Amino acid sequence: MTLMPYLLAAWLLLVGLYGVITSRNFVHLIICLAVLQSSTYVLLLAVGYRVGGVPPVFAGVSVGTPAVDPVVQALMLTDIVVEATVVALLLALSVQLQKNSGTLNPDEISDLEG
Amino acid sequence: MLTLPPLPVTIPMSAAAALAAGNKHLPRWLADAVAILATIAAGLISAALMLQSQAHPIVYWFGGWTPRAGVAIGISFAIDPFGAGLATFVSLLILAALIFSLHYFDSVGTLFHVLMLMFLAAMCGFSLTGDIFNLFVFFELMSASAFALCGYKNEEPQSMQGALNFGVTNTIGAFLALTGIGLLYARTGALNMAQIGRALGNHADSLVIFAFVLIMCGFLVKAAIFPFHFWLADAHAVAPTPVCILFSGVMVELGLYAAARVYWAVIDNPFSSHRPALMALLLVVGALTTIIGGLMCFGQRHIKRLLAYSTISHMGLMLIGFALLKPEALSGAAMYVLGHGMVKAALFIVSGILLHRFATIDELDLRGRARALRGTAIVFFIAALGLAGVPGFGTFMGEHAVEEAAKKAGQGWVSIIFFIGAVLTAGAVLRVGGRVFLGWGPGEEGETAGAKKIDEEPETEGAPSGRVPRVMITPAAALVALALVVGLAPRFDHAVRDAAFAFTDTAGYQARVLDSAAVPVQVPPEEHAPMLPSVLRACGAALGAVLLAGFALSPLWPRKKPYPRGISAVIWPLRRLHSGHVGDYVTFLTFGVAAFGGVLAWLMR
Repeated sequence: MTLMPYLLAAWLLLVGLYGVITSRNFVHLIICLAVLQSSTYVLLLAVGYRVGGVPPVFAGVSVGTPAVDPVVQALMLTDIVVEATVVALLLALSVQLQKNSGTLNPDEISDLEG
Repeated sequence: MLTLPPLPVTIPMSAAAALAAGNKHLPRWLADAVAILATIAAGLISAALMLQSQAHPIVYWFGGWTPRAGVAIGISFAIDPFGAGLATFVSLLILAALIFSLHYFDSVGTLFHVLMLMFLAAMCGFSLTGDIFNLFVFFELMSASAFALCGYKNEEPQSMQGALNFGVTNTIGAFLALTGIGLLYARTGALNMAQIGRALGNHADSLVIFAFVLIMCGFLVKAAIFPFHFWLADAHAVAPTPVCILFSGVMVELGLYAAARVYWAVIDNPFSSHRPALMALLLVVGALTTIIGGLMCFGQRHIKRLLAYSTISHMGLMLIGFALLKPEALSGAAMYVLGHGMVKAALFIVSGILLHRFATIDELDLRGRARALRGTAIVFFIAALGLAGVPGFGTFMGEHAVEEAAKKAGQGWVSIIFFIGAVLTAGAVLRVGGRVFLGWGPGEEGETAGAKKIDEEPETEGAPSGRVPRVMITPAAALVALALVVGLAPRFDHAVRDAAFAFTDTAGYQARVLDSAAVPVQVPPEEHAPMLPSVLRACGAALGAVLLAGFALSPLWPRKKPYPRGISAVIWPLRRLHSGHVGDYVTFLTFGVAAFGGVLAWLMR
């Protein structure tokens, strides 16, 4: 088992966070959020991976053949649905923000200080 | 009876789907009726589950996938009185919010009802589930409904900004938690909380600690604990009033519930030798949250924002109840959740009435304008006393239980934190009451420099005159009365205490879920602690709050600043931190998680 996917997951998490923190445009910021979320996909898939494992479809496979873990794949699919919902919702909010205030830059809107 | 458990989730969800399908074709009254009936049904079923689970906690396996030889394959609802009680409480507050909004929104179609019902279903599922991934999914469903509800007034830019700040911060929290869940699955191969706990045994290595820190911080973002709290005030300031009732009353508390649930179901045994470290860290974080929330609360003039900071302060107090890691303290925190949720909901309803009548929610603009609303004023002041934790309210019983447990654990200093928190938050609320309902103190002419005024669009059309509609004030009055019932009803605190012992019984939880064993809950007899010190502390805090409010309304208080000069210098940097900028919030979140993990690791070395 290689360490690579875990390092990739950590990297995606960190660059996603960096992007969210420094972003000056809400659309860009939300895409950075999606990058951050994809770190969990990599992590979940890496957790379920078996070296030499077959896909977890057991028709015509002899008993005892190693297979990758289907549970984490199901989790990842759920995760994608959740992400799609949240990102779509946040982008819709950004569209409204642009319509109402004419800007997407979080620096230029400061009605909520203090 | 075994078919009851999924209903608190499926009934509101089905009703939401039906309303969404009929969106523009349904008359408003039908949407109201369906939503209210579905909420009542969910509430009654949750209450039945709560009563039923008192003797024997209920485990329900979806699709009949019961565990074989202690290995869980299916997804379960593991229902104990705490979880079912929270689901009941959620339904109660949703009901109050729906009744309040009968005359409040001229909503387009049924969208508002659909979102409220989805919010209800998610929160019920969140309280009842026994599966950690399920917990994440309900968490996200709850969050997504909450983001949409928060940005419901989508014609206002600040509303969008508040909802985006809320959405981005909470989503990051959720994905931190999911990372932790993935790591726990990697270690144990299980998603059922009982099974993860059993598989971990008594051993906590660095991976488990890392996963625990991520899950904990993820849920504490939702619980608005310092330094993860920044989103909460923005979200409350812009959300419609019925939504604020739910955010403050129960949603943030559910974040803490999840942290406690994961702690006791999963991590208590592996952490058994590290409890003092975790306790010390959480106590300090709770104390900081209480004080910072209180200071920020007192400096506000936007009433909803003020109440939001007061919620942060009280969340710190509830975190202290959890931090002691003792069932007695947890029962206090639960009691406090009920008492606080009820009075805070009532206060938000009153602020909604003010916004409805006067089309502003600014304390100084409203000076003396609500003199005629006598009934509303009475509800407001009684709720303010409840917020201060005056004996008789559920909040007081909660504080008392936490204080007693803290004294036993040698942490008597938390009483001082409770005192300061109550003085600051109740003082601020009483100041608002004095200014708005009694016309005391200076008004808009003494323009304050520090607190920025936020222009608020009215949520209702036209400025109605005459009496406050009954459907608006009745839920507030009923909730305040319930907060007193919760505090005064004999045996109620005993029932909560029993529930706390059931909640913290890790071995029993695992046996019930995995071995289908009917393990009775062991509750040690109660030691009767003298109530007098707590009564004195609570009355002192209430008196302090009245004096502080009086001082803030008197000519002695500087007119141009939210605080006197000396204090202002201390608080100014704190206020600057709350910049309304989502990047700053995420920076604090990131450093908060790192600091939480770092300090915990250092304390556990």
